[in-house]
Amino acid sequence: MGKITLTQVRKSFGETHVIPGIDLNIEHGEFVVFVGPSGCGKSTLLRLIAGLEDISGGKIEIDGTDATDLPPGKRGLAMVFQSYALYPHMSVKKNIAFPLKMAGMDEAAIEAKVQSAAKILNLANYLERKPGQLSGGQRQRVAIGRAIVREPAAFLFDEPLSNLDAALRVTMRQEISELHQKLATTMIYVTHDQVEAMTMADKIVVLNAGRIEQVGAPLELYNHPQNLFVAGFIGSPKMNLITGAEAQKHGCTTLGVRPEYIEVSADGPWQGTIGLAEHLGSDTFLKVDVPGIGMLTVRGSGEMHLHHGNQIRLGPQAGKIYRFGPDGKAL
Amino acid sequence: MARAVSPRRKLITTVAAWAVSLLIFFPVLWMILTSFKTEASAVASPPQLFTADWTLQNYSDVWARSDYPRFFWNSVVISVGSTLLGLAIAIPAAWSMAFVPGRKTKDLLMWMLSTKMMPGVAVLIPLYLLFQRTGLFDTKIGLVLALMLMNLPIIVWMLYTYFKEIPSEILEASRMDGASLWKEVVYVLTPMAIPGIASTLLLNVILAWNEAFWTITLTTTKAAPLSAFIASFSAPQGLFYAKLSAASTMAIAPILILGWFSQKQLVRGLTFGAVK
Repeated sequence: MGKITLTQVRKSFGETHVIPGIDLNIEHGEFVVFVGPSGCGKSTLLRLIAGLEDISGGKIEIDGTDATDLPPGKRGLAMVFQSYALYPHMSVKKNIAFPLKMAGMDEAAIEAKVQSAAKILNLANYLERKPGQLSGGQRQRVAIGRAIVREPAAFLFDEPLSNLDAALRVTMRQEISELHQKLATTMIYVTHDQVEAMTMADKIVVLNAGRIEQVGAPLELYNHPQNLFVAGFIGSPKMNLITGAEAQKHGCTTLGVRPEYIEVSADGPWQGTIGLAEHLGSDTFLKVDVPGIGMLTVRGSGEMHLHHGNQIRLGPQAGKIYRFGPDGKAL
Repeated sequence: MARAVSPRRKLITTVAAWAVSLLIFFPVLWMILTSFKTEASAVASPPQLFTADWTLQNYSDVWARSDYPRFFWNSVVISVGSTLLGLAIAIPAAWSMAFVPGRKTKDLLMWMLSTKMMPGVAVLIPLYLLFQRTGLFDTKIGLVLALMLMNLPIIVWMLYTYFKEIPSEILEASRMDGASLWKEVVYVLTPMAIPGIASTLLLNVILAWNEAFWTITLTTTKAAPLSAFIASFSAPQGLFYAKLSAASTMAIAPILILGWFSQKQLVRGLTFGAVK
């Protein structure tokens, strides 16, 4: 199992209301990613679910049981921390065995579980080493191993890849996704990296200032953002948001066009000057200054022979615009 | 980048360091040398650093005149006992101050430290009377309690500083892993803080061993430690410097040896957290 239900969960530190009230359903086996800018409350929300912080109001249910007042170790959840949080004085084997030892399991059963987890995570050759003798990726695997052996109702990941280099991050991202396929256990994953969110999640929860802005599948959020915040947050590079006369022409307060949906063509409605051209081979990114509209980001596929100072004409692809009203909501 | 140090500067620093070290060590050296002199050459004027008539007589006299092993044993029980009891109280106290601080934790720490600024003599009469009336006077238990209370602020402060260096995520991980508070302290916090706990233990054993004011005031014969043993050679027939020096050397020798062998641990512990 691994169904988690939050009902009007609130968290305040003194007069500061970090999370003013959240309702959320997480189904069994789902990979849910909490995403949002720094300070949006995503890590706090995870810690509330884990029981590492007390909630100021509301209710947390795990598999139908009220877990609001249960201590962290009794919630049946396992957590992987950003800093790995391994026990530095214990060997890899003892680190992985620790939760089982705390549960009072007998030695033979512990040994079998540790060996099995070590095999899944390719740690069999490192069991006698101390965490200090491992690389960042190996440490992260030990942290995951320590979580797996408990057979938790859900795994909680708090920005687990932030301390790894870019190449290792891609590998670990795939490993965690594969692990989710293999274990089919609920996973809640906090990140500020939207590539991680888009590639790993079954469901993304976009948070802003302690509130949920939108919940949905990655492409649902990308294709149908409910408001300006989600539109601007999901997608890289960010969606171009145009206000003023150009937006009014389309009957809205803010007009949104994703960089990949702007075409450079001789008959485009807008004319501008290229301020910056980035040639990546697979893509070309242009920053174009369009009088009356502002700076637009354009993403072109493949190599485009355009450079700083070139005058170009451009415009949005038909049907690929987003319109937002004065309250920031999608029209 | 390492800062370049000129050979001249290095020489000056080395000479200065040696000079300061010798200045600090000189009284101890003088005492050790005096303990091997005759009473006559010990009080010779002008004073002589070295003498022609070295002797071991003072040591055999001191050994014969008093029960050194009993004083030694009392010192061991009092210093180790007060430190262990202090640690047993200070570990949970420092844990709560470091990891679940309240609004007044900082004030509490300052208040604890401020008690060390008070001259001991200010509480001499109440403590003396209290010890007499409760039967703690001239008992090892009484001195263990008194010295534990004297050193508790230092123990709590040192442990608090070490515990603050331990990432709270590791303790949270143990909570997620199902460790109770007790198991968290025993299996995770304490083993991680062992260097800090060890240097706290060593420093406090040394402080308690060297404590003279309370150990002399609150004892007569039964529980008297080595500090009282030294004092017993300064009266009533006048001062016998050579014998006094021999007694003092015998009193400080065990702690000096302990300090010598544990200096690496002590320095490491005392500079813990200074460089991140």
